[in-house]
Amino acid sequence: MYLYSITFYIFSLVAVLSALMVISARNPVHSVLFLILSFVNASGLFVLLGAEFLAMILVVVYVGAVAVLFLFVVMMLDINFVKLREGFLQYLPFGALLGIVLIVELGILFLTKSFSENSLSQFVQSPQINEVENTKLIGQVLYTDYFYLFQISGLILLVAMVGSITLTLRDRGQVKRQNISSQNFIDAKNAIEKKKIKLGEGI
Amino acid sequence: MNNFSYLNDLIIPGGIIIAQIMAVLMPVLISVAFLVYAERKVLALIQLRRGPNVVGPFGILQSFADALKLLTKENIVPANSNKIVFLLAPIITMVLSLAGWAVIPFSPNWVIADINVGIMYLFAVSSLGVYGIIMAGWASNSQYPFLGALRSAAQMVSYEVSIGFVIITVLLCVGSLNLSKIVEAQETVWFAIPLLPMFVVFFISALAETNRLPFDLPEDESTLVAGFFTEYSSASFVLFFLGEYASMILMSSMTVILFMGGWLPPFDIFPLNAIPGVIWFVIKVIFILFLFIWVRGTFPRYRYDQLMRLGWKIFLPLSLLWVVLTAGFLIVFDMVPNSL
Repeated sequence: MYLYSITFYIFSLVAVLSALMVISARNPVHSVLFLILSFVNASGLFVLLGAEFLAMILVVVYVGAVAVLFLFVVMMLDINFVKLREGFLQYLPFGALLGIVLIVELGILFLTKSFSENSLSQFVQSPQINEVENTKLIGQVLYTDYFYLFQISGLILLVAMVGSITLTLRDRGQVKRQNISSQNFIDAKNAIEKKKIKLGEGI
Repeated sequence: MNNFSYLNDLIIPGGIIIAQIMAVLMPVLISVAFLVYAERKVLALIQLRRGPNVVGPFGILQSFADALKLLTKENIVPANSNKIVFLLAPIITMVLSLAGWAVIPFSPNWVIADINVGIMYLFAVSSLGVYGIIMAGWASNSQYPFLGALRSAAQMVSYEVSIGFVIITVLLCVGSLNLSKIVEAQETVWFAIPLLPMFVVFFISALAETNRLPFDLPEDESTLVAGFFTEYSSASFVLFFLGEYASMILMSSMTVILFMGGWLPPFDIFPLNAIPGVIWFVIKVIFILFLFIWVRGTFPRYRYDQLMRLGWKIFLPLSLLWVVLTAGFLIVFDMVPNSL
């Protein structure tokens, strides 16, 4: 039990600290790397809660795919660090407002649910193999009760995908493309062409 | 939370976990050394050479000599590099290639963490492998490593998609994400037989995921010097090297568990089923590793656009089609495992 408590405090401490570093790091690439660290620690907390499926999905989707593309873009951009800092005071009130709203919401939750020392222990549980797998439970709820919402979110993603393809697809004019089937159909007969060239003239 | 005693609550459970981790990782690291030796010997046989034959009997200690040589060299950190990220990158590669072993079942109940979502964990860990490479390429602050890192990022993200669909196909036939249950579901027939196209897709994607030939574009010697680890030397180079081979063995074990029945013998008859499961597991992993090396000795390197075409235009539609086909087959013939 104490091992679980220790891991809980390590995960939550690193998650909070790395979230702080995301907004305070000078280099944007470092910010993204701290964001990834924060994601990984959040998924560790999910495992401690017994929500192992959510934890793995968080790592696969956010860390394995979204953050890679994010890092990709941030690395390629030539960012002016001084210019990046300029808008800091301008956006500060808005950011502070968001933060305050979040803290108030969490506070309300904390007061109504009254997390005490005893109810904390229900979080520090490792997933047990003989309980009902939460993968199965999520599947049962998602594909029955929330079936239409699930389909709608799929459609929204499809629209977003089609939209981004239409935005980037453009006619590039004369681009040499490899045509595999035409290459495969070349043989000795159509690969070589004989031409008679008269003396003193080119083709 | 009273009666806290360091011995019962901290040292004994913690010590057991550490002992289990050691019991798995030590053989893995030693087998990495012999894998490097085996690769050089097999490649030498393919190319009609003799291979390493000086250090120890048949040159069997060659890898240890190489490791010693590399570790005693100077560790050079380029002046304009981002030093912390530069040193962190090989460590992350190495740690991730070892972290996956936590859920690998070598034999019934021979597993450190028999978690419900074992296959998802393996998938997550292998998808994180790209970070070590991107960080190395970016932190080196040099053109060739950066190009290698960009290639690797695009390549690993592309092939992960088809690996995901292959895993889904297997899961449809098993009805569980637990690796031990995946192996037990193959008692009648290994999945490599009914799902043969997916087995091939998975093996080729595994080659791309571990940056092995013919898909080793991230470290393409002929165009990028050494790709993402051009600037690395000494111990940090050793970590990359060990990490690459350890993740090769990890991917081979994943292939064995998903498609070749893990610890199960090929036929459940007397002389075969008397052999312990872990030996069958090791034999199968060695077979897949041999395929890895055989492919390296046989095929030329892919061009980058061909690699992308194979991933997105061939493997992705094929694996998607097989997911639909398998699901339809299971529904029509009423073979859905633990149906509700």
